[in-house]
Amino acid sequence: MTNHWVDFKNADVILVMGSNPAENHPISMKWITKARENGAKLIVVDPRFTRTAAKADIYAPLRSGTDIAFLGGMINHIVEKNLYFKDYVVNYTNAAFLVNPEFKGPGELNGVFSGYDEKTRKYDKKTWSYQMDDKGIVKKDFTLRDPNCVFQLLKKHYKRYSIDLVSSITGTPKEKLVEVYDTFASTGRPDRAGTELYAMGWTQHTVGTQNIRTMSIIQLLLGNMGIAGGGINAMRGESNVQGSTDHGLLFHIIPGYNPVPSATVVDTAAYIEKFTPKTKDPRSVNWFGNRNKYLISYLKAIYGSSATKENDFGYAWLPKLDEGMNGSWLVLFDKMFKGGFEGFFAWGQNPACSSGNAGKVRTALSKLKWMVNVNLFDNETGSFWKGPGMKPEDVQTEVFQLPAAVSVEKEGSITNSSRLAQWRYKSVEPAGEAMPDSEIINELRNRVIMLYKKEGGKFPAPITNLTWNYGEKDADGKVVKFNIHEVAKEINGYYLEDIYDKTQTPPKLIGKKGELCASFVTLQADGTTSCGNWIYSQSYTQKDGKIINMMARRGKDDPTGLGLYSGWAWAWPVNRRIIYNRASVDMKGNPWDPKRAVIKWNATKENPATKKPGVWEGDVPDGPAPPMADEKAGKYPFIMRADGMGALFGPGLADGPFPEHYEALECPLQENPMQPGHRVNPTIKLFYATEGPGEKAKEDGGLPEDIFASCDIRFPYVATTYRVSEHWQTGVMTRHLPWQLEMSPQQFVEISEQLAVELSISNGEKVIVSSARGKVNAVAMVTKRFQPFKVMDSTIHQVGLPWHFGWQYPEDGSSGDSANLLTPTVGDANTLIPETKAFLVNIKKA
Amino acid sequence: MGRMSLLVSPELCIGCRGCQTACKEWNQLEGEKTENRGTTENPPDLSPNTFNKIRYVELPSEKNPMRLLFVSQRCMHCGDAGCMKICPAPGALFRTDEGAVAYDKDKCIGCRLCVTSCPFNVPRYDAQNKISKCHLCADRISQGLTPSCAKTCPTGALRYGDRDELLGLAKKAGYSKVYGEKDLEGLGAVYAFTDSPKIYGMSDSPAIPEAVVFWNNVLKPLSYLGLAGVAAAAVLHYVAFGPKKIEEVKKDE
Repeated sequence: MTNHWVDFKNADVILVMGSNPAENHPISMKWITKARENGAKLIVVDPRFTRTAAKADIYAPLRSGTDIAFLGGMINHIVEKNLYFKDYVVNYTNAAFLVNPEFKGPGELNGVFSGYDEKTRKYDKKTWSYQMDDKGIVKKDFTLRDPNCVFQLLKKHYKRYSIDLVSSITGTPKEKLVEVYDTFASTGRPDRAGTELYAMGWTQHTVGTQNIRTMSIIQLLLGNMGIAGGGINAMRGESNVQGSTDHGLLFHIIPGYNPVPSATVVDTAAYIEKFTPKTKDPRSVNWFGNRNKYLISYLKAIYGSSATKENDFGYAWLPKLDEGMNGSWLVLFDKMFKGGFEGFFAWGQNPACSSGNAGKVRTALSKLKWMVNVNLFDNETGSFWKGPGMKPEDVQTEVFQLPAAVSVEKEGSITNSSRLAQWRYKSVEPAGEAMPDSEIINELRNRVIMLYKKEGGKFPAPITNLTWNYGEKDADGKVVKFNIHEVAKEINGYYLEDIYDKTQTPPKLIGKKGELCASFVTLQADGTTSCGNWIYSQSYTQKDGKIINMMARRGKDDPTGLGLYSGWAWAWPVNRRIIYNRASVDMKGNPWDPKRAVIKWNATKENPATKKPGVWEGDVPDGPAPPMADEKAGKYPFIMRADGMGALFGPGLADGPFPEHYEALECPLQENPMQPGHRVNPTIKLFYATEGPGEKAKEDGGLPEDIFASCDIRFPYVATTYRVSEHWQTGVMTRHLPWQLEMSPQQFVEISEQLAVELSISNGEKVIVSSARGKVNAVAMVTKRFQPFKVMDSTIHQVGLPWHFGWQYPEDGSSGDSANLLTPTVGDANTLIPETKAFLVNIKKA
Repeated sequence: MGRMSLLVSPELCIGCRGCQTACKEWNQLEGEKTENRGTTENPPDLSPNTFNKIRYVELPSEKNPMRLLFVSQRCMHCGDAGCMKICPAPGALFRTDEGAVAYDKDKCIGCRLCVTSCPFNVPRYDAQNKISKCHLCADRISQGLTPSCAKTCPTGALRYGDRDELLGLAKKAGYSKVYGEKDLEGLGAVYAFTDSPKIYGMSDSPAIPEAVVFWNNVLKPLSYLGLAGVAAAAVLHYVAFGPKKIEEVKKDE
């Protein structure tokens, strides 16, 4: 989230697309309701008339998987009708940047950008570059007229997204499109704010990342980034998913969003050289220029005194990926399916129901020698060997079940969607033999180390050198009473020596040896500071010798009235509540909208840090530099980007610098209506070989588990999965609660009245939903919530089903099995998040 | 203390049903074995284990696939409560200091007269043949706490507070109809509507059945003169509904 939950109340227009807050994030509706009470308009764009749609001022249906077409049409509308916020676009985005004249778009190259290689399904991004002047700074045309400037290229690219064409792709009535476009574009003024709320409805597509990119472009065009009531806000599906991602949950990042090194990046110097973005523009802050400090301080945090200058701070011990290796979910389970793993920890998850193509995962688990299932309950994963279709006598996987403590049975922090890290307390002892995760890991670490001591091993250093100062230790070095506060402090980081600011004479003491770091600004690249995760530095800090757990703060003051609540807990980075807030002010530092001032430059007040006049007031600003109008010291607003500008043109992604509409892998159309060259995203990893321009599955193209069916009469209906308020994720926590189960007891499939007539299915009747990969039993909910779509002059039906259920509980099997038995093995081109929000099925009476 | 009440605003309700769960959690009510009947709405009806529920009302709409309303169904805690009027067992149904219609199961004699006298079809009987219904979390509100349902409501669709203040709030917010302001001497659960009550599935002018009024004015005083409550109840039933009704009630058990 760029903004935060409470901030929704500040919006004039709220676009809900790719999420369903009323059902999946009910508490967010508190703030949406407040915004509406103040006159805000709520727009809901969804294939289905959801409970959120029931509250909307405007509801627009769209066929699953066509969000880029819908939003591309909005970009076209905004640009052609001059509805964008010109000052913002010219000064705060890369609209004026001149692009390499060799660059070509999919309109010119039949569906691909310049540099595409069909064999590798990858782009050579050479032409996705900027024209440079002799100082090495990007050339710009602030009139935005140069045909090679980003703005003109953007205009040209999205001119193809006419209302007529968009409507025929999305199935959204034209007048609805215009109504949505005009309403949202009304926020392209300094005194109006528009926000967007998305969730898995945007991410779980083969074009997931680009869905969000398209909206980023719109928000930059309208000047909605950085302001109160604006931004792009990811509604997290789990209370601490933000925290787990921050701390390196994903395979390609270590804590603090630093890249996981590959084997060819041989030392810290090579790492820093490769991953530190560079700029020659003195006006750009280029914050990731500090990457070296964060890497070295991280190594010092995890390897402590074992990490020395001489051994390159233990960099060699960091796990490395092979060059080009991908360790994401679908790839991991594919490898497991093919026998590539002996063991597996399923920690707080239920892949036998939650994974795309869950049937393949269940088989994959049977290829393991052992599996450890750490969870509150046994689940379909822990008991996969006795699930449907399994022969227990044939399964050799040894399963260890470790009961974990519930959130209220342990102390620690969670970080919510607002990037807000809040400390939580233990209220009751864990039930039975359950233990907090930290204690389970502590035991695991002790036993692994004991085994290394006893039996030796190939490469023990990465484990044996890990710091483990998490409480009192016994003679064997085992922590006997695990103290989670020590973990939080390690994440914040320490000064390992007295640290001086050497730019001042005499050098000024920044931090005393042994004390907790004040913030990441004080981190060093020479091994004199440690920090487990730079973005969390300041979360557990020390001031005048006093240790303060910032996450445990409970201040309720709201001096701006914007709901920043800066004294409540702590938000990364450095307690900033709205990121990119330097874009919420004009070049002189005055808020675009004085009524919603996130920050404001006070030119006369003395700055306590510099002792000179000029200081930012309000939220913690994105950097202390004066506003851009200051020609010497002023800085560009988007400090995390090397060029300091919001990216309308985004050459960083795998599938193109401008988002382009491609159909879902399983779609009902033979051809992409945008162009005949590429039906699906040309850069997605295919788990099954294809042929022909429509990229159809080959007859014998791979594992039968990975088969897909596109434009196939056997599976004529578009399907999507979703969640309901009454259950959570795979239902492991809610199916065991009779109060939740009574409200939503069984797998169901929502189908339109028209489709029900075609199939002679009546409401409440039992049906079988099948895809190319599997089938599930469900109760048909015949409803007006789904309406048939008019797509390219034909009628397309869409259906939807929740993914909360599983075979194991309730024990009588009455709830049915997981909807993920239907979903395909394919993911986004950048993240490989599975495409579970658009696929094809058939429905028959049971 | 002024009279306390709930203000129910279906326009603010998102149908998340946190109120249903929160009620069951506080009152330790058993989850019911249900099945999907082709609707999101569940359990199908109020029951001894379901004191409140959200009804999903689907109406035609010109601009959308439907108009979907979420309406909280529960005891209305009437100012002039039919159930209290007819109840022959002293102290079984009583009014709390806050104005809620609460009950004492130990004193309930299982006559089920309250069922027939309720204008909103609320009271249910449990397996021990004792009355069960929403009591506005009498045990919470007597300690100054908010009823569990209103406490959990994320949007303010269920609000608990001073009745006059809540009425003022609803009027200030511009709702065209504040349902239950005057009916039955004022309901203890008032509804803020933007349409006629019928749209939300409510009667325009809720009233206690005539026979209950007759019982209250004529027969009930006699019971205090020596007639046993049960006998009186039987007499009333015969007078008002005839013997067949009792059999029907028994079949439902």
